[in-house]
Amino acid sequence: MASKSLKNLTAPLSGNNPVIVQILGICSALAVTVQLKPAIVMGLSVMVVTAFANLVMSMLRKGVPSRIRIIVQLVVIATLVILVDQVLKAFVYDVSKQLSVYVGLIITNCIVMGRVEAFALQNKPWDSFLDGIGNGAGYGLILVIVAFFRELLGSGSLFGYPVFEKIGLYELGYSNCGLMLFPPMALILVGCIIWIHRTINTNLQEK
Amino acid sequence: METLNLFIRSIFIDNMVFAFFFGMCSYIAVSKSVKTALGLGLAVTFVQTMTVPLNYLLNEYVLSPGALAAWLPFEGLEEVDLSFLSFIVFIAVIAAFVQLVEMVVEKFSPTLYNQLGIFLPLIAVNCAIMGGSLFMQQMVGAGEIRNVGESVVYGLGSGLGWWLAIVMMAAIRERLAYSHIPAALKGPGIAFIITGLMGIAFMIFSGIQL
Repeated sequence: MASKSLKNLTAPLSGNNPVIVQILGICSALAVTVQLKPAIVMGLSVMVVTAFANLVMSMLRKGVPSRIRIIVQLVVIATLVILVDQVLKAFVYDVSKQLSVYVGLIITNCIVMGRVEAFALQNKPWDSFLDGIGNGAGYGLILVIVAFFRELLGSGSLFGYPVFEKIGLYELGYSNCGLMLFPPMALILVGCIIWIHRTINTNLQEK
Repeated sequence: METLNLFIRSIFIDNMVFAFFFGMCSYIAVSKSVKTALGLGLAVTFVQTMTVPLNYLLNEYVLSPGALAAWLPFEGLEEVDLSFLSFIVFIAVIAAFVQLVEMVVEKFSPTLYNQLGIFLPLIAVNCAIMGGSLFMQQMVGAGEIRNVGESVVYGLGSGLGWWLAIVMMAAIRERLAYSHIPAALKGPGIAFIITGLMGIAFMIFSGIQL
């Protein structure tokens, strides 16, 4: 793989992360971070949709007049999301129930639209596909970090496996932090991730 | 009384921003000045109040299982279930409606049009709007919204809740310009943490029944 293509894949993981640097797609998705499993499924779904939306729109980019491109993008994205939703319902029904309306909201996830507008319309299909995978992965990464802390500190388990109970932490007088399970804590955690990330990458700090 | 309850609940308890994180992208990006926030909030509330009832009618008469049989004179429609199409139908209604609002605002209030700039067409992909319609569909299933009137109330309430959140946030951020924040927290970092704290404050409304 050429180094330029590789860069499309890795840049969104940290330096150009869609969530904490571009501030896109926070909408909706944080609600699925109470547990790790739905967070991973959501991350994978967004990755698939972003990658294929980028691929399709990049292939269509010369044939679609720019005046109607938004509606074409919405149709392509909505079709992909319906496919993902039907697959989730068929194979992992319980997770699909947990995700509820948030799968449908991938359509309005700014990452998908944003990457199609900013990248796929100017680049070749293969590069766009990699860019989609990278951005989906960067998004999934943040979801997994947030979900890890919320599930571990909020309910003392990981993937439903009771970690804290097994190592006997409760007998020492520890109890779960119920606040972690409430929506506001997801926002505060993302705020802290941004804080740490920008302390390391000082070039991203606002003047 | 139940309608009033639904209204209060959709503004304060099930607040779009604090309870469901809907519309966070434009919420973080546009909340830098109170004036723009007021304009965008108004536009979102208006679009929400119109699209939720429109989608309610579509859901009721076209999409839900067997809905077509109620008014079309063909055989065998009782078993038609078009609900898998709801994403694409809802987003099409929203996109078309936003286009209409954009044209009207451009014609009648060029000042507001210039202020909102790119964010007006972006309402189409604002998760608060799509989320409102999807939640409406769920609440119809749960029997909490039973007619068009209640869907208007829900649309208005959830739009107002979003408006309230973004204006409050903009007011706080205008003051933040004068405070000393660690360099790495400036901008989005502190905005997220403040939203989280506001969300905790809004949790006191949960459980209120009228």
